[in-house]
Amino acid sequence: MSDVYVLGVDMIKFGRFPDRTVPNIGAEAALMALDDAGLTIKDMQAMYCGNLGQANAMVGQRILQEIGQTGIPVVNCANACATGATAFREAWMSIKAGIYDVVLAVGVEQMGKGLLGGAGGGDGIPKEGLLGSGTMPCVFAEAGMEHSKDHGTTFEQFAKISVKNHHHSTMNPKAMYQIETPLDVVMNAEMISYPNTKLMCSVNVDGSAAAVLVSEKKAKELGMGRAVRVKASALASDPYTDRDLVMPDVNACTRLAAEQAYEMAGVGPEDINLVELHDCFATAEMLHYENLGLCKDGEAGKMIDEGHVELGGKVPVNVSGGLLSKGHPLGATGIANIYEVCTHLRGEAGERQVEGAKLGMTHVIGLGTACGIHILEKV
Amino acid sequence: MSEKSLPAVSYLKIPDDGDPYLEGHKCGGCGAVFLGERTVCSKCFARDKISTVKLEETGVLYSFSVVYRSFPGIDVPYVSAIVDLDGGGTVKGNLINIEPDPEKINFGMKVKLTYQDALGRKDKEGNSYLSYFFEPA
Repeated sequence: MSDVYVLGVDMIKFGRFPDRTVPNIGAEAALMALDDAGLTIKDMQAMYCGNLGQANAMVGQRILQEIGQTGIPVVNCANACATGATAFREAWMSIKAGIYDVVLAVGVEQMGKGLLGGAGGGDGIPKEGLLGSGTMPCVFAEAGMEHSKDHGTTFEQFAKISVKNHHHSTMNPKAMYQIETPLDVVMNAEMISYPNTKLMCSVNVDGSAAAVLVSEKKAKELGMGRAVRVKASALASDPYTDRDLVMPDVNACTRLAAEQAYEMAGVGPEDINLVELHDCFATAEMLHYENLGLCKDGEAGKMIDEGHVELGGKVPVNVSGGLLSKGHPLGATGIANIYEVCTHLRGEAGERQVEGAKLGMTHVIGLGTACGIHILEKV
Repeated sequence: MSEKSLPAVSYLKIPDDGDPYLEGHKCGGCGAVFLGERTVCSKCFARDKISTVKLEETGVLYSFSVVYRSFPGIDVPYVSAIVDLDGGGTVKGNLINIEPDPEKINFGMKVKLTYQDALGRKDKEGNSYLSYFFEPA
């Protein structure tokens, strides 16, 4: 089977664009990725489009209606917060299978402001605040508190993750925010769902990201130049665990996908130079240090305390600013984090460059549950 | 409109001649306990071993959060709790009759179920609902 390469990849600066349409926002990143690859829409043999908010509205085709209706097959994907990674992975699979040589993957989302999630609904009476909370800040707070129970992780340690990611975002012009948030500011921000304060919750933004994936044959033909190898692509759903149906288990699902990704890539966590992981909440990032094997179980607090996950540390995590500061347009996030890792592997990340990066990992997890992990390698 | 309260969720049972209780669906093959009806076990995949069980009234606090911001119109703060019931089954609900202060809530504390009106919430037809809550045991 052919190796698959990312030949072009880009994202728009995340923000709020209430006057634009979803396809219009997606089209911008698609054109940027095509330009980055030095190709045009005429070269694309298929398109995979990730979007959640308009999952029934043919977003991929509507993007092509803005940038070129060539008649290629389009598949629209929805997979919660793993939507973008799923679209990318479908593109990867189609090349792996030998069906196509050049494929476009796009992720796009237009979000409102405010809380996501909420328990119940449907018949009868609203369940939010009656049977606990189904809001995302609470669901991920409960997952973080499980870590506190098992390992004594503190509110301050969770808050430090937000300080780190907001600091990283000051070096990323494509992030929604570029604002330093010292520890006391994070800890004293409005408490949303203990231990997550407002500054420990990801930012709902509009955004898009896109990638052009090619077969090895095509990459050689076009010149490897800035190509990045897709060393592994893994997607897992939630395996049964005892509390999963009441308390979504983001740990088991991530561990399953990570195990598959490391095996496929033939590498271990110690080989990874940078990670863009799903910090939808500060509490979530803490869990994934262990879930992705970046440290042993119970040592996540130490990872943040000792600076191992900062730019310049042993394994920098979310140097883009992460979902906490770069923003989290659900369907775009999975490709935006691939853009970030590719940018470092290409040595083009400027001020926030992870020096000498050769292998990077991206991770997203959507409740329901879907976890997508990619390992990317400098060519 | 119903004269008596309706259950807030399908797994809360209100017998005509007895006290309310939570119903689980238990797999006879592997012992997994689920909330809500099902015929197939998602743990061991057995298709014909699920039966209904009355869940126990007591359990221990597994995890929680204190919710300070919810949707408009919902009273905060409140404690959202994940409870492992004695005898099997994990249930999520509000933990009441305790100060909503993270410092004062302990993992592993013993709690018990209590059944009360669903915070005055009514449906479009004006029906009242009965819900379940946890309180310190």
